[in-house]
Amino acid sequence: MKIAVCIKRVPDMETRFKIAASGSSVDETGLKYDMSDFDGYAVETALQLNEKQGPGETVVISLGPDVVQEQLRKALSMGADRAVQLKSDRVPADGLAIATALAAELKSGGYDLILFGRQAVDSANATVGPMTAELLDLPCATAVSSLEIANGRATARRELEGAAEVVEFSLPAIVSVDEGMPRARYPSLKGIMAAKKKPLEVRPAQLGEERITIEKMELPPERAAGRIVGEGPAAVPELVRLLHTEAKVL
Amino acid sequence: MANTFAFAESRGGALRRVAFETVSAARALADACGGGEVHAFLAGAPGVSSLASELGKYGADVVIVVEHPGLANANAESLAATAAERIRAGGYRAAVFSASAQGRDLAPRVAAKLGVGMAADVIAFELSGDALVVKHPAYAGKVIATLKLTGSPAIMTLHPGARAAVEAPTEARVESAQPAADPGASKVLVKEMIAGGGAKLDIGDAPVIVSGGRGLKSADNFRLVEDLAAAFGNAAVGATRAVTDDGWRPHSDQIGQTGRQVSPDLYVACGISGAIQHIAGMRNSRTIVAINKDKEAPIFKVADYGIVGDVVEILPVLTAAVKEAREKG
Amino acid sequence: MQDFFDIDSALSEEERAVRASVRQFVDERILPIIGDCYVEGRFPNEIIPGLAELGVFGANLPEEYGCAGLNNVSYGLIMQELERGDSGIRSFASVQGALVMYPIFAFGSEEQKKHYLPKMAAGEIIGCFGLTEPDYGSNPSGMITMANEQADGSWVLNGAKMWITNGSQAKVAIVWAKTNGDKSDKSIRGFVVPTDTPGFTAKDQKGKLSLRASDTSELVFQDVHLPKDAILPKSGGIKSPLMCLTQARYGISWGVIGAAMACYEEALTYATSRVMFDKAIGGFQLQQQRLAVMLTEIVKAQLVSLHLGRLKDSGKLTPQQVSLAKRNNCDIATDVAREARRLLGANGILAEYASMRHMANLESVYTYEGTHDIHTLILGQAVTGLSAFN
Repeated sequence: MKIAVCIKRVPDMETRFKIAASGSSVDETGLKYDMSDFDGYAVETALQLNEKQGPGETVVISLGPDVVQEQLRKALSMGADRAVQLKSDRVPADGLAIATALAAELKSGGYDLILFGRQAVDSANATVGPMTAELLDLPCATAVSSLEIANGRATARRELEGAAEVVEFSLPAIVSVDEGMPRARYPSLKGIMAAKKKPLEVRPAQLGEERITIEKMELPPERAAGRIVGEGPAAVPELVRLLHTEAKVL
Repeated sequence: MANTFAFAESRGGALRRVAFETVSAARALADACGGGEVHAFLAGAPGVSSLASELGKYGADVVIVVEHPGLANANAESLAATAAERIRAGGYRAAVFSASAQGRDLAPRVAAKLGVGMAADVIAFELSGDALVVKHPAYAGKVIATLKLTGSPAIMTLHPGARAAVEAPTEARVESAQPAADPGASKVLVKEMIAGGGAKLDIGDAPVIVSGGRGLKSADNFRLVEDLAAAFGNAAVGATRAVTDDGWRPHSDQIGQTGRQVSPDLYVACGISGAIQHIAGMRNSRTIVAINKDKEAPIFKVADYGIVGDVVEILPVLTAAVKEAREKG
Repeated sequence: MQDFFDIDSALSEEERAVRASVRQFVDERILPIIGDCYVEGRFPNEIIPGLAELGVFGANLPEEYGCAGLNNVSYGLIMQELERGDSGIRSFASVQGALVMYPIFAFGSEEQKKHYLPKMAAGEIIGCFGLTEPDYGSNPSGMITMANEQADGSWVLNGAKMWITNGSQAKVAIVWAKTNGDKSDKSIRGFVVPTDTPGFTAKDQKGKLSLRASDTSELVFQDVHLPKDAILPKSGGIKSPLMCLTQARYGISWGVIGAAMACYEEALTYATSRVMFDKAIGGFQLQQQRLAVMLTEIVKAQLVSLHLGRLKDSGKLTPQQVSLAKRNNCDIATDVAREARRLLGANGILAEYASMRHMANLESVYTYEGTHDIHTLILGQAVTGLSAFN
């Protein structure tokens, strides 16, 4: 199958973030970057589909400045065949603007399947995947926790609150992936070397209009310090008392 | 003065709590626009119209009802097309969806059809001039972003539970409408619905969550977590990534950066060390209790109350104490 | 660990990608089991296929032999990340890559290279390196293992080797022996010895308190018959095994930084969460001194090894430079591990914390591949021109 995977470069979420002096972005000093978690699952899904049903082609696409090439090369070192950077000096806050650029790139690609992560772990909007599907008028299943494909038909499971639905559709289609899909493999060292020889094309991003701007970023209020109530089962009565009288949740 | 639109989510012939939240939010927005009308959108199998008056209780002036056998299960393509058409025709100032699983699937499609951006997972909002200004948790909940959305209609999904539903009883007028796209012609069709086991409360809705991690030592010991949840009565059971990876619990129970993000009134972390990616999923809980044998475990840094000790020994004692406290009233 | 001196800016994207991949492997596959392996005294053989697939064996050897073909800084970073896990894991990779695959690559025939290297890279043939003997450790030139050439060109090998990593699992041993009764070190040649050859025995050395997650054995050769193609044709003199040691020592200078980093991170995390007298212990002056010294020594060691790697890649490396790096880095790493252990207090003696395991392991690393004292004399001779070896 010819599969495209759209990926995003995000900072490591284990960081203790600080707000930049501008007040409207996160301080980038010392941040380490990687592919967004769910995007990693999407790349892995594509690689496994092509390994099982091969031969095929996996193309990874990312929108942003030249630094995103690092994440594209990581996908190439995992086993993707080709990469495309849609070059723009920053990643817009408006998902529709991003989807517009991606749709323009994907439109004539002849892809059987286009994969996204359910949401980018930094901006956490979950909009670009389904918006891109709308712009391309392709069937779309979001937040999929399992995916099977056979003879151009797909079956996917989507988790809802307290329930799940199983959906079916034909390819070509767009799918965004969630927990339950396979975790990203770590690139082998040979893969890292091989990635250097794989094609990485750079084209200008054709962004759509941006109607959303970031006004401010701030840290949430600190939690007040808690306390250890006691040790072992003997501490239970005191805990229950505090939950009742102080926290008022019991 | 302008009207606002609210998507009223229903499942299996009943409205979900988030439906009232979106109607209330639409009510607040309409009031901020000089007191316009709230139009609630309700779709489902024939008979769903009987739910319309419940929406009136929360301030829906009009309930647009779309009944069709093909809408018994969620049908994103038909619903998105129909909602988009109504929103376009209605000239609404804002359209509110829930950031529920269904809402997150639907709202981006509607926004793209209308050629407008949307604000996702909103925890606070206000209209300011010709813009909608919202707050939204980003960076695994570690940063709150304030975003400005220009253009009309302003589409947003509301974080479930961020804003309580407020009763504002109105006589709701029902308007019937047809689906703008034949549900049967949708390219993605629901083949099967799988209900969660029994009357299991979903972790997104539960006021209390009892969660278990590796400290429970075995999948069997999760029954101790379930017992405590049952003792609370209104609790759901959550899990860490470690135990869902090991297959002790399904992925849908996972709380964390790549799992569910929850903010219940009470979160009880049992045998959970407090890895950063787990804390990202529960740090906004109102009260956090942690039980862990290691007093240096990072979970104690976010917990309000902690007990140091063997979770397998402590849980049965805590369950009995909670049961007794609730019986006493 | 925070990149305090922004050393990352001196690494290429590829080098950082290599480091990230190995780190992820260690985090996911080694750290969860290594404490138990150490206590049990076993090397986790089950990770060998994963390590092979990752590509760590002989990673700086050419792609034409099935290896990753990485530069030497990348190779060093691999060793650093493996030893962050455990010195025993890194020792396994050091032996396989620098002491088994390297000699075949440097001194072997084309047939030997084509036959062995791809399979060794794939972890299908594990090897060991037989140089050290029971009575000849710091002085390998004095070895008594002897190989005598027969009329038909085959060889008969007799002798013993000790402290051999991977010894009892290896399918092949690279054995260094004097030849044909000549007791001078000029007669030393290298032999590729299949370990199932009659007369070859390997026995586990038990009772270790260090490098417990590693297979250490004695090897005994009693009239081991070897075909004439068992010899490494281009080997000759003590210089040959010493060149292998230089390769391994280079990797070790990086590896011990990994152990030091693991100890420092553990100590820092502990110091900022452990509370005593109403304050995190990281706020007390004596603990801050420990942390400041640890940080400083790690940064210095990183810069030493990074520059050494660049020298190696440009072909300018000398063995004495490697001695400086191995000596310094092992020394500071043992100090960092010990100080981390002390900062951890009573908890620091438990196997669930890594520092004491690293501390014990590093005593072996301080001693092997040229003891600290031997490298001291190598440097002394290099700068004065005078030998203080005897």
